[in-house]
Amino acid sequence: MSGFDFAVITANWAYLAKGLRYTFQVTAFAMAGGIILGTVLAMMRLSSVKPVSLFAAAYVNLFRSIPLVQVILAFYLIIPIALAIFTGEMKPIGAENSAYFTFTIFEAAYYSEIMRAGIQSIPKGQVGAGYAVGFTYGQVMRFVVLPQAFRNMLPILLTQTIILFQDISLVYAIGATDFFGAADKINQRDLRPVEMYMTVAVVYFVICFSLSRVVRHLQQKIAIIR
Amino acid sequence: MNYHWNWTFFFDVADDGERYFQWILSGLGWTVTVALCALVIALALGSILGVIRTTPNKWLVGIGDAYVEIFRNIPLIVQLFLWYQVFPEILPKGVGDWVKQDLPDVIPAVFGLGWYTAARIAEQVKSGILSLPRGQTNAGLAMGLTLPQVYRYVLLPMAYRIILPTLTSESMNIFKNSSVTYAVGVLELYFQYKQIIEKTNQVLEITIVVTTIYFILAFSVNRIMAFIENRVRVPGYITSGGK
Repeated sequence: MSGFDFAVITANWAYLAKGLRYTFQVTAFAMAGGIILGTVLAMMRLSSVKPVSLFAAAYVNLFRSIPLVQVILAFYLIIPIALAIFTGEMKPIGAENSAYFTFTIFEAAYYSEIMRAGIQSIPKGQVGAGYAVGFTYGQVMRFVVLPQAFRNMLPILLTQTIILFQDISLVYAIGATDFFGAADKINQRDLRPVEMYMTVAVVYFVICFSLSRVVRHLQQKIAIIR
Repeated sequence: MNYHWNWTFFFDVADDGERYFQWILSGLGWTVTVALCALVIALALGSILGVIRTTPNKWLVGIGDAYVEIFRNIPLIVQLFLWYQVFPEILPKGVGDWVKQDLPDVIPAVFGLGWYTAARIAEQVKSGILSLPRGQTNAGLAMGLTLPQVYRYVLLPMAYRIILPTLTSESMNIFKNSSVTYAVGVLELYFQYKQIIEKTNQVLEITIVVTTIYFILAFSVNRIMAFIENRVRVPGYITSGGK
């Protein structure tokens, strides 16, 4: 090894930053979409209508028992086949685009388990009280249950988002250029594994460590209010 | 465009003279091997780290905390690349070359996965021990047990039982996470999945089959852990046996 060469990092920083931006974008998109879809799934799972709750349970259990890399590749390949049924022609959608969709669908299963715990943490009496003052199911959820469930579960939802942020690196499987993918591609051209992978590791560590500190702080704050 | 279904391709002969279903079986074998070996490492190291994080010694706590923070905050695939590509470079040249050329790829993969999971298990072991009333440690010490004896006979037997449900999900995770080791050259189930798609293009059939296998794996691990949970349950203490 010929010494740690910072020049390789600075020379390629723009490319790395672009990858990091993509990682953040997918994280933000999948978090928003995943929490919305996950909340719907959680409500379905707790529904008294049997087929609805069975569907939600099957969805969640299926995605929670298969590896993310497999889902990433499978969706990347299957989405064009599924689209072809409607449009009649096979058009590749691109690795970068398919990741937005895949992570939303996949993470929804995990967010849904968190939201289910959140909904179940609200005392039943509050739901009954809501109906008693004339709220519909939607209003009880919207004004009574979900705001509290959301707040109680906020630290766990954010912890899951940190995991999601790390998991974006698995788009390596379809060759998308996220932060890790960018570093990997530079390494394949310049053969500087030490500089490239160490940079990725350090940046990931700094971001995730700081975020988890913020979450811990938040957790204590919320705990006091509750 | 119509998808061309072909369920019999699994029995077709591949380039290397084996049939495709044999590729899947060999991949499954590696997945189980890697996951189980990594699980042993993760349980051993994770227990040690979890224990030292609860001791009165500041240095030990510091080491344990640092380990957990580092291994939890870097993605698994990056960690595997660190062990596989970066680590041999910083070793002395002779040793580094040996690691790169002669050491089978599966070794850094197993250790990488094990060390990654150890951080999670350390966290669980720690919270298991801390969930026990402090009086138990004091009672043990008052009876004349040494601190290691208190851990061995008083704290750990109970702590492990308490964290069995979370250990269950961690054991299921390690099987799923073992799929990432394909990136450092392990020929496990996901690698074979990818390879069969490249050779045959029968995406849907192979996806259905491999997804089912992973599902069955996760389910089996879950049942085995539930069985263990039931067997080691202390009567009248922990009521939520893995039903």
